[in-house]
Amino acid sequence: MKELFPLKQVMGFVFSLVLTAVALLVHFMDMSFAIGLTVLLITAFMQAGLQLIVFMHAGETGDKKTIYTNVFYGLLIALMTIFGTLLILVWDM
Amino acid sequence: MEFFKQFAVPHPSFLIYGAMVSIGLAMLAIVVGITYFKKWGYLWREWITTVDHKRIGIMYLLTALLMLFRGGVDAIMMRYQLSMPENTFLDSQHYNEVFTTHGIVMILFMAMPFITFFFNYLIPLQIGARDVAFPRLNALSFWLFFMGMGLFNLSFIIGGSPDAGWTSYFPLANNEFSPTVGTNYYMIAIQIAGIGTLISGINFITTILKMRAPGMSLMKMPMFTWSAFIANVIVVFAFPVLTVLLAMGTMDRLFGTNFFTTDNGGMDMLWANLFWVWGHPEVYILILPAFGLYSEIISTFARRNLYGYKSMVASMVVISVFSFIVWTHHFFTMGQGALTNSIFSITTMAIAIPTGVKIFNWLFTLWKGKIVFTTPMLYSVLFIPLFTLGGVTGVMLAMSAADYQYHNTMFLVAHFHNVIIPGVVYAMIAGLTFYWPKMFGFMLNERIGKWTAWIMSIGFLLSFMPMYITGLDGQARRMSTYSEAAGFSMLNMVSFVGAGIMAISFVLLVYNIYYSIRYASRDIGSDPWDARSLEWATHTPVPEYNFAVIPEVASTQAFWDTKKNGHELFKGKIEKIHMPNNSGWPFIMACFFFVFGFAMVFSIWPVVIVTLIGILVCMAYRSFEKDHGRYISVKEIEETEAKLRGAKK
Ligand code: HEM
Ligand SMILES: [Cu+2]
Repeated sequence: MKELFPLKQVMGFVFSLVLTAVALLVHFMDMSFAIGLTVLLITAFMQAGLQLIVFMHAGETGDKKTIYTNVFYGLLIALMTIFGTLLILVWDM
Repeated sequence: MEFFKQFAVPHPSFLIYGAMVSIGLAMLAIVVGITYFKKWGYLWREWITTVDHKRIGIMYLLTALLMLFRGGVDAIMMRYQLSMPENTFLDSQHYNEVFTTHGIVMILFMAMPFITFFFNYLIPLQIGARDVAFPRLNALSFWLFFMGMGLFNLSFIIGGSPDAGWTSYFPLANNEFSPTVGTNYYMIAIQIAGIGTLISGINFITTILKMRAPGMSLMKMPMFTWSAFIANVIVVFAFPVLTVLLAMGTMDRLFGTNFFTTDNGGMDMLWANLFWVWGHPEVYILILPAFGLYSEIISTFARRNLYGYKSMVASMVVISVFSFIVWTHHFFTMGQGALTNSIFSITTMAIAIPTGVKIFNWLFTLWKGKIVFTTPMLYSVLFIPLFTLGGVTGVMLAMSAADYQYHNTMFLVAHFHNVIIPGVVYAMIAGLTFYWPKMFGFMLNERIGKWTAWIMSIGFLLSFMPMYITGLDGQARRMSTYSEAAGFSMLNMVSFVGAGIMAISFVLLVYNIYYSIRYASRDIGSDPWDARSLEWATHTPVPEYNFAVIPEVASTQAFWDTKKNGHELFKGKIEKIHMPNNSGWPFIMACFFFVFGFAMVFSIWPVVIVTLIGILVCMAYRSFEKDHGRYISVKEIEETEAKLRGAKK
């Protein structure tokens, strides 16, 4: 019975609900813009990682290396784009 | 009546009415022709519903050639308009429309399908596979692309063409300054075609990662496949930016959002920024497969291994990252500080290094090679110096301080044509000539082919070198005319003559096809160039399953080793082959997209809703459809093989 019960998935599901709830707090509680955004960023990235690893089985096949290379490459590009854009249009405009 | 008025072209002229009539007549002729020769069934069975990567590839090719001629006519019109001061051939509004559509047609509807044609046709053959990873999705990619192309071209006769430049910068592209539906066409047609491109990017990455023949490790892939792999990685990471950007632009224009407005918290500069976040990687998407083709051609006709395989791969991997961190060089003059400009100046110059590595590798391959000057080789050899010239002017533009002088002048126009024509267009024609016998079973005439290459190069130089000079003298791009006193007349006339000569070379290309269809020998075997990689180990014509037995590979040039070094390519014995079934659904779904796009352009909401439901139904149908493909029996394969071997002698 124990082998059949998808413990990891259920835990993952509960955890992702918790993350959603925490993110919702930003709307209902009175916090500064900076703190609110930090909370949102952290919960969003954790949520994305959770989905990828637990529910989309990123690390469970022989393609593990390819998949993680892809994810890190994507992150690299995204961060370069975001910080580049901030530099151009906000910090150095 | 009010309803129909919106479909009229807002700024008509004789040319447009003439084009309407001729397009109408041509369509009628096609429909009558197909009906008369009873080809509808054939068209549906063999082409529209096909999932075969080779046939899909050829449909991309036909689209690209068609668009090459449409874009080419635009180009000639612009050059004619500028050939004399105060010319009145095109008024400024028409000139705007012509340069806008020329840019989009050439980059997105000519160059993109051309490289996608090579991806489709060559990747599975080069890696020893029987099709791409997701054949049905591949058909969907093509039809989405095709419908996007169709919708874009429709703007010419219904509602008016976009006129805010191929870059479509806001605030010029907003409803106030671009009140016609032209820019809606831009946003939605490119969106539909772009989704197709994104899907095929994922498809090819998966194909290359998962479907290589046994023994072919990543570092044993042919160079074209490597370049295609890197290009598709860039597609998958750059095109989502375009998708989001176009969606935001659409919402600004149709639903009153404020992403790119100048008030209410919008920021018009964000458009330019995000456009080039996609736009610069896009130019590398175009040039990398071209580099791959040159690598194949140069090593085949220098009769030796490609020099510096590893450094070729390394430089492309570096380019795949660096192409994402140079985009600001397209708007050095927008107003950001010197720090930012300096950073992006340096990254831009740095990207010239891996590009230079590749140039030297080709030169070293030629060194000590036994060079055979065929037509594809001639294009490749012309490419090296001409492209280098474009690279050098690129580095000039990359110096942000100096760019204040060059930016938005004809100097810039000369630069990018200098990299795109000898870089991309030559590669496409060289590759087409090189692979023509594999696709169609006869070769293009070599003598006409070489004439074409030389005439094209002379035309190219005459047409674009003067622009460097007039640009430095201050002739701005995208201006419909200039005064006699400006002193640009003479050089612009030269440029027009050059454009005419280039046009002649393209006519010659078509004549070559016609001539070769009539007179070329059909008895050329399956390896007429004495080439090196796996695609030449197939029969000509390539059977639908490509390889009766999956090849086993031990080096980057398995086929050459088989011919010269006693490598055994086909070790297994023939077994039944599993193939995907044809399907009409990708086409039907893309038709929904077409009508959806059209209704979006004109804000006809009921139709938008209905077609959106249609699209969702198609997707749902696919999810529940059971289609296990079919098998080709051993007997059938043996018969085909015997027949093809017999034909080959
Ligand atoms: C050595 C490599 C290269 C460098 C350093 C370089 C640099 C530049 C710079 C700085 C600009 C912007 C200039 C301005 O707007 O004032 C530019 C524009 C452009 N480049 Fe390049 N470039 C290089 C290679 C290429 C290649 C390989 C392609 C395409 C295959 C290409 C296509 C373009 C296009 C299409 C534009 C102009 C777009 C527009 O404004 O409409 N470049 N390049
Ligand atoms: Cu660029």
